[in-house]
Amino acid sequence: MSKLGTLGARLHRGEIGYDFVGKRKIWYGISILITITAILGLTVRGLNMGIEFQGGAVFTTGKSSVSVSQAETFAREASGHDAVVQKLGNGGLRVQIAGIDTGKSDAIKDKLAADLKVNSEQINADLVGPSWGDQIANKAWEGLAIFMVLVVIYLAIAFEWRMAIAALVALIHDITITVGIYALVGFEVTPGTVIGLLTILGYSLYDTVVVFDSLKEQTKDITKQTRWTYSDVADRSINSTLVRSINTTVVALLPVAGLLFIGGGVLGAGTLNDISLSLFVGLAAGAYSSIFIATPLVADLKEREPQMKALRKRVLAKRAQAAAQGESLEPRGNESYEDDEPDDVTPAVVGPRNQPASRTRGRGRPSGKRR
Amino acid sequence: MAWPFTRSPGAGRPEREYEKVAAPKKGRSASAQSRPGRSLALILIAIAALTGGMFASGHTTPRLGIDLAGGTSITLTAKNEPGQPNAINKTNMNTAVDIMNRRVNGLGVSEAEVQTQGSDNIIVNIPKGTNSKQARDQVGTTAKLYFRPVIATEVTAAEATGTPSPSASSSASGKSTDKATPSSSSSVTPSASATTQGRVVTDALKAGSSPSASSTPSSSASSSAAPSASASVDPATAKLQSEYAALNCADPAARAKAGAGAKSTEPTVACGNSSGQWQKYVLGPAAVSGTDISKAAAVFDTQNASGWKVTMDFTSGGSKKFAAITGKLAQNQRPQNQFAVVLDGEVVSDPSVGQELSGSAEISGSFTQTEAQDLANMLKYGALPLTFKESSVTTVTAALGGEQLHAGLIAGAIGLALVIIYLVLYYRGLSVIAIASLGVSAILTYVLMALLGPAIGFALNLPAVCGAIVAIGITADSFIVFFERIRDEIREGRSLRPAVERAWPRARRTILVSDFVSFLAAAVLFIVTVGKVQGFAFTLGLTTVLDVVVVFFFTKPLMTLMARRKFFAEGHSWSGLDPKRLGAKPPLRRTRRASAPVDTKEA
Repeated sequence: MSKLGTLGARLHRGEIGYDFVGKRKIWYGISILITITAILGLTVRGLNMGIEFQGGAVFTTGKSSVSVSQAETFAREASGHDAVVQKLGNGGLRVQIAGIDTGKSDAIKDKLAADLKVNSEQINADLVGPSWGDQIANKAWEGLAIFMVLVVIYLAIAFEWRMAIAALVALIHDITITVGIYALVGFEVTPGTVIGLLTILGYSLYDTVVVFDSLKEQTKDITKQTRWTYSDVADRSINSTLVRSINTTVVALLPVAGLLFIGGGVLGAGTLNDISLSLFVGLAAGAYSSIFIATPLVADLKEREPQMKALRKRVLAKRAQAAAQGESLEPRGNESYEDDEPDDVTPAVVGPRNQPASRTRGRGRPSGKRR
Repeated sequence: MAWPFTRSPGAGRPEREYEKVAAPKKGRSASAQSRPGRSLALILIAIAALTGGMFASGHTTPRLGIDLAGGTSITLTAKNEPGQPNAINKTNMNTAVDIMNRRVNGLGVSEAEVQTQGSDNIIVNIPKGTNSKQARDQVGTTAKLYFRPVIATEVTAAEATGTPSPSASSSASGKSTDKATPSSSSSVTPSASATTQGRVVTDALKAGSSPSASSTPSSSASSSAAPSASASVDPATAKLQSEYAALNCADPAARAKAGAGAKSTEPTVACGNSSGQWQKYVLGPAAVSGTDISKAAAVFDTQNASGWKVTMDFTSGGSKKFAAITGKLAQNQRPQNQFAVVLDGEVVSDPSVGQELSGSAEISGSFTQTEAQDLANMLKYGALPLTFKESSVTTVTAALGGEQLHAGLIAGAIGLALVIIYLVLYYRGLSVIAIASLGVSAILTYVLMALLGPAIGFALNLPAVCGAIVAIGITADSFIVFFERIRDEIREGRSLRPAVERAWPRARRTILVSDFVSFLAAAVLFIVTVGKVQGFAFTLGLTTVLDVVVVFFFTKPLMTLMARRKFFAEGHSWSGLDPKRLGAKPPLRRTRRASAPVDTKEA
């Protein structure tokens, strides 16, 4: 822990850090690659839509001695449709029959109960009309669209439009990845999955907003100085909030992991499992995107601003000038600029042993006769 | 303010340095110190009051949803009638809920609840232990109610395939004795529903003009002559006739198909069951539609001791139409003096008419109480210009419900335990504050859920449990944001008390912004979506709001109080705030660093 604590301290002071913004192209590339894979998976394999979206019935029985294949035969005979049967963690069976009418399900349920030798009243039935799933999905899309518009407006007001766009891109990125994983792995999509997916909205942004908040704070008066470009500052923001980001993500994932364990391990299948699975995937993607995608994207967009371009020019000019003069005038100052410069090109990983020295230099620099 | 970003290696933040010195002098901490106790007292009083309220109201546990308690949940989706695109509105949906509520609770299901969801869904929740099948039948019946004049009718013998005799009308002897008579009550004036259904009425009026024309043949040409005569002329009638001849009402499949897709303005065939016998009918075009009925009720006739009867009132338009049809029918012979009350293609009643009736009427006969109530219910239901479709039916046994609840609770406990372990490992002493806050949060959530059950009909279902568990993360996140801020300040070399006071405004903003986004997501989901998603969104929104409340009124004051403790203030190595462990800069250097910002200001 103490190690983690010092790591936090060093991240906080910017002594060590990872050059997120400088290396953004790599991460953009990785994300684009993942997104393309996800979209490919989505178009080629498609989503494995659950019964709830096709219309049909899901029957869940209590403990039953009937084997899965037997139950499948029974279900096929009872309904005239193919059935998917799963054995649950508690010894029960989960029988899914697609395409049957809600009206006929009672008869099927009774027949199934007789075949499986369980009391008809002890069978859980979930009957869904074919349009119900569509309705849930449509409403979900509607909610998603409304939410995105509102959030962009809100972030544009609370922060600025560039951050809003970056957050939106990160959000779409997270959702695409999650949906893509569902398509590729072939997890069943149920209303529970949709719930999980929609929750990612809030959560993915939660992370992003925490980083943006720090970014906003640190770039408040950026044009009044000439030492760092926007990208440098963005990088510092990410690094200084890294511990927080990691902690919040871990803490958010832990309860979801608990849900997933119980949902998958004890109940076998069902709402808990569906929600937590999509949440787990989405949260992980969300943590990744707020650090590797959203903030670098803001930096990218910001650097296009004339003001920031001018700042970058000034900063670079100053650095060049300092590099030229530094050696003769103030050798220490020169070194310190080198400390700063790598932020643009390479990860600025400065060893802890450099710390006191660099601090002194840092202190000495401004007091040096630079201006 | 000076350029705040001076976190280069070794460079401190300018304004903080001054603040650090200035803070105690300004007496800032003094004012802050008087507040935490009050805030804490406030929230503790609030908790006590809420808990007291919970026990006083007697609802000490949250109401459980169907999927946790067991029972049947039916989602019905309203569909517009063709030609009535705006029938799905609040008034009609509420009427439908009202009607269904009475129907379901008429079954003796006291706990059943019917509520609208979204704009066009009705959820019917029937708890365990009741006859879910009967309830489903009642709720699931999608009603299209018409009053049609009877042209011909015939009792179907069990083995009969239907005699192809068009003069079947004579065989109606063994019929029930239902009779429509003028109600003893004063003729009812158009009720409030006439205004809400104004458009419906006009529609029905338009439709009403055709039956008066088309019902003429049935009154002019009598019994056997009419069908056979027109058969040679009109192919539609011939088709109807052959349909009628072939119809075997004893066969459930044929019964279901009888008159399917018939338009209300055309004659049709139908089956009905009276006194245990199936009977088939040829029916004229609808004279009065169910939407013309404003009221229907089963009453016990105490005056004439004639037993149970059904009274109905019509809207003004319906009353006129009803007067017209009954006036005509009254002149006819049996069976053509009867009208059939057709619900979803099935004749539920076929009273005969003795005289012209208007305004209100009653159907009397040898009804049992149940029969009378069923008929009245069906008449009521028919007054609604909506059809409903079963979108989903979920039946959960009590056993599975309990199991799911159990699993949800275990999952919550595991999640909570994992978060606490992580917090303890990472934040050590600080985690006491986090755990206490989580506890307060949990108590508030539980109490509010219990209270919201009776207040707004909130029911804890599985997605809601899930939302609550996910919310553990969100709540803990807020503490992390706060704690990390404090640690940052300590790393700057500040001592704990000023660190807390400085960290708070910044952490507060971050928490508010991110919680707002989270709440926005929950609110949008709650408003837009349906079904399980809504329950989840509600819990998430509730816990997000509670998170803000807890952080503001509990965590922060507690942190302020704790900061005075030696254990935390001196940065005990187990407090989680040990400056050395956090890598804080030694104070001596700090003062020197103060020179940096001064310069940057000039820059």
